Amino acid sequence: MGFWNQLNTEFMARYLPWYVDAAKLTVTIAFWGILFSLAVGLVCSVIRYYRVPVLHRIVAVYIELSRNTPLLVQLFFLYFGLPKLGIVLSAESCAIIGLTFLGGSYMAESLRSGLESIEKSQIESAQSLGMGQMLMMKEVIFPQALAISVPGVCANMIFLIKETSVVSGIALADLMYVTKDLIGLYYETDEALLMLVIAYLIILLPVSILASILERRLRYAGFGN
Amino acid sequence: MDETIQLQAAGLKKKFGAETVLNGIDLDVHKGEVVVVLGPSGCGKSTLLRCMNGLEAPTEGSIRLDGETITSGGRNITKQRQRIGMVFQSYDLFPHKNILDNITLAPVKVQKRSKAEVEQQAEKLLKRVGLWEKRKAYPRELSGGQKQRVAIVRALCMNPEVMLFDEVTAALDPEMVREVLDVMLELAQQGLTMVIVTHEMQFARAIADRIIFLDGGVIVEEAEPEQFFTNPQTQRAKDFLQTFTYEKRKTS
Repeated sequence: MGFWNQLNTEFMARYLPWYVDAAKLTVTIAFWGILFSLAVGLVCSVIRYYRVPVLHRIVAVYIELSRNTPLLVQLFFLYFGLPKLGIVLSAESCAIIGLTFLGGSYMAESLRSGLESIEKSQIESAQSLGMGQMLMMKEVIFPQALAISVPGVCANMIFLIKETSVVSGIALADLMYVTKDLIGLYYETDEALLMLVIAYLIILLPVSILASILERRLRYAGFGN
Repeated sequence: MDETIQLQAAGLKKKFGAETVLNGIDLDVHKGEVVVVLGPSGCGKSTLLRCMNGLEAPTEGSIRLDGETITSGGRNITKQRQRIGMVFQSYDLFPHKNILDNITLAPVKVQKRSKAEVEQQAEKLLKRVGLWEKRKAYPRELSGGQKQRVAIVRALCMNPEVMLFDEVTAALDPEMVREVLDVMLELAQQGLTMVIVTHEMQFARAIADRIIFLDGGVIVEEAEPEQFFTNPQTQRAKDFLQTFTYEKRKTS
């Protein structure tokens, strides 16, 4: 029980507002990062699924580049590298763009695996009913593919939220940054880390729970037709 | 050209790589006629059907619907497919839509008909196949035979001029085969033009106006059903029919 008794609650109460602000920043970056990742992922997955000439090769290169470099390196490139080329972006923009660059490829692969799991016979039966490509995508392929992709997409969301902790590397005052700051200033390591963990749990648990509910509700696609 | 010809294959050839699956098929299907295509597996029956609604592009020759060439990937293909219904072995209902939505999707979204009118037609057709009470169910809740009857209704709701049936009972348990075949017999009775690929010999004999026997990608024999089943003219047809009969085993 020693750990809990020795906690400096007065310190925790005093710096709680820091964590609230930092959590807001973390959530903001994660929200936009995830939203843009989904958009990028959707476009890329469709390009790869239809093997659009030229474009699908570009997408393949992007996906490999994005998945095989650490986010911190991507952020450093955006934040410290681009200004040398005359492009100066705010740290926040860099964080969101970096997260999108990383998340886009993960989302693309999750969505593509869903698209490719739709059997050819589903497509042929839609074609035989006179459906065109767009209608077929919207009514037949995509709803089924999405249901199959949901677990992967949700896992990616959680991964991206956690990955935001890296943005402290470009001086953004997110949860990780504030924690390191407080430890450095006051040596209240236990308190700062405890608040950090709790803050992440408060953000991530609802997402996790929502994800599993969604998964269960969409499970129909797992059964044959 | 003969006015009553609805669907026509002319010099149809289909190759998959080096393999020739169809090697020159000439076939006229007349309005209201029921043509049953028989043949050993791999003879090209399914490919013939798939060419007929543009799922496969002919390597040579053509398919014509009312004199109009069907070009897979052509601009009119979605228009033409609305006039040719097709039912597959694996039913291929849309698993995320209930029965009624499966049926009304294409008539409403493709043919731009009013939902009320389509639902009325769907009700009539579903009642006819005895599945109206299942309209809110999802495909996974239905048996194979029920799913296949829904698939037939789904195709019929487009008001096609011709219906193609590709081994529609091949994946069904024996007791479910009957309920599907009965629906098809009723359609034939009403004068729908049909091309059927099947392995149900008795059914073929009962429903067909004409039997086409396909082997090695060519039409080997073409005859009325009675003639074909009682007195086949070619050795290959005789051998084929032989595989469906069993001799009583001798007991010593």
